[in-house]
Amino acid sequence: MSDMFIAKGNFPGVIEKLMSRYRVFAPVKNGRYQEFTAIKEAGEADLDFKNTRLSPKGLFHPQAERMFEYSLASDDPQAGIVKESPKDFSPRVILGIRPCDAHAFRVDDANFNTDTIKDPWWIRRREATTLIGLACNAPCATCFCTSMGTGPFDASGLDAMLVDTGDGYAIEVLTEKGKNVLGITSGWESASGEIEAKVAGLRQAAEKSIGKAFDPAQIAPRDTLELFNAPIWDEIQFACINCGTCTFLCPTCWCFDIQDEVQGDKGDRLRLWDSCMFPLFTFHGSGHNPRGQKTQRVRQRFMHKLKYYNDKYGSGTSCVGCGRCVQACPVNIDIRQVGRQMASPGCSCPA
Amino acid sequence: MNNPYLPYPVRIESVITETEDRNLKTFKLVFLNPEDEARFAYTPGQFGMLSVAGQGEIPIGIASSPSEKGFIKFTVNKVGKVTSHLHNMKAGDIMGVRGPMGNWYPWDVLEGKNLVIVGGGFAFTTLRSSIVYMLDPANRSRFGNIDVVYGARNPGLLLYRDELAEWERRDDINMHITVDSTNDPSWKYNVGFVPAVTKQKAPSAENSYAIICGPPIMIKFTLPVLTELGFPPDRIISSLEMRMKCGIGICGRCNLGTEYVCKDGPVFTLEKLSKLPNEY
Repeated sequence: MSDMFIAKGNFPGVIEKLMSRYRVFAPVKNGRYQEFTAIKEAGEADLDFKNTRLSPKGLFHPQAERMFEYSLASDDPQAGIVKESPKDFSPRVILGIRPCDAHAFRVDDANFNTDTIKDPWWIRRREATTLIGLACNAPCATCFCTSMGTGPFDASGLDAMLVDTGDGYAIEVLTEKGKNVLGITSGWESASGEIEAKVAGLRQAAEKSIGKAFDPAQIAPRDTLELFNAPIWDEIQFACINCGTCTFLCPTCWCFDIQDEVQGDKGDRLRLWDSCMFPLFTFHGSGHNPRGQKTQRVRQRFMHKLKYYNDKYGSGTSCVGCGRCVQACPVNIDIRQVGRQMASPGCSCPA
Repeated sequence: MNNPYLPYPVRIESVITETEDRNLKTFKLVFLNPEDEARFAYTPGQFGMLSVAGQGEIPIGIASSPSEKGFIKFTVNKVGKVTSHLHNMKAGDIMGVRGPMGNWYPWDVLEGKNLVIVGGGFAFTTLRSSIVYMLDPANRSRFGNIDVVYGARNPGLLLYRDELAEWERRDDINMHITVDSTNDPSWKYNVGFVPAVTKQKAPSAENSYAIICGPPIMIKFTLPVLTELGFPPDRIISSLEMRMKCGIGICGRCNLGTEYVCKDGPVFTLEKLSKLPNEY
């Protein structure tokens, strides 16, 4: 349900106002693709897009990030002692994030912020961030969010959600953070019944345009080891080249590496995205590798997303149906097809 | 908010070369900030992440026992980048440690039980921690008989030889030290593989738990012996090794089904392991 409406002509003023209070990140056109970037002027934000090629996970879990720094100078009494690197946790707005990607952060929260596990950097970035989403009026052919517990108008991971009505944006405010955004900006008017009806129509059309990919509820009750040992994996992994593109684009692939990098007598400890597709991911110093075969690695990715996550947390999957891996896989491996096979391992037909 | 990735700074107090091949060294570490020692309160079976600035981090089982105060000990096999660098470090050098990490041997369940400890090669570190812990006067009465089968390829590859000899002399622990082979005429202990010696010594499974750590081949051939002796899968306890980075259940690489070995393990019963994907 929309709270307010703004004409498109007034929207740059909203962005400018936000920029005076927050660091603002928005989709910015870079070559053929949009990419979430810190904008310096309102005009850089490009809200006429399908989705960004890279998911916005890097805004919370950067692809490469300095964790710590240290000196190795022999005359430094602090040499060898690891210290936290400075980071910017000042308030920021992410504008134009898609509902599936916002939902992904809630999936990732289950890994980074639990009763027993607290990743300080993830948590502080989450706290500092207001998510102003943009509903999807025209989902891609590869989208399957509605099968994965979210949808083109799912506002559950957002602080506020915009809907592009053609000549303006309707906004639904969902949290205190979202209210603040509305409070400091101007140009809004009450959403009329006509706007309401238009948003409802856009929502219905968008949801209807997305087909059923597979049913995760059919995978959840299956016996884990039976699925693990099912013969489907040989066929699924056959074409895979273990490039890791799927894991890098995925908004819910959070696995990372920690590496030290030294220049002269100063060093950094870095956190870097890693991928279960790479043999080195599990390679022991001794030479032993528990997942030395491609089949094992491909199986790990899909089992972790569609089965282990559910086994561990009791509900859901760690896939939001954004379709990036389907679009970018160089050998056309399609998680929707894999999901169907996992739902009924006896049958590998496309239906 | 505590930063679980930030190592406690420690000083290397001493380095002891444990084995004749010089591939295993024990590092005795002292916390630079004394209050960090209390923060690192651990239980036998847990591990720590050793941090060497400029090199990286490695997960290593804690070899000292919480009954030993003022320091922590780690025995490190030289295999890769960090361990090779560590082997060249010396007393007085500064490094770091994070932890303690993971679960531990289930001491509350083991109370009042007989313990059969089976170890092989350099996988004897957390078992050393456990033995020292159980033999501590404050703890010894909490456990029944303690049998230890510990083997290495030859006498020079046994860890903690002074302590092994001392335990041999005690009457409250039954030591069964063995080597695969030796040409030392003065060798006075067993000769034979760990599974065979376990079978020969046949410790009773009654009211007993077995803890087994060692190379996969040793575990593979010892498990049937323990089963034959009457140990059910929920009374055989082992500890897994995996490549790890965060050590706190976030970074994903030690994932086995629902478990993160670093956080939900490394200690598992055989019964639990049989329900997990066997990718370890």
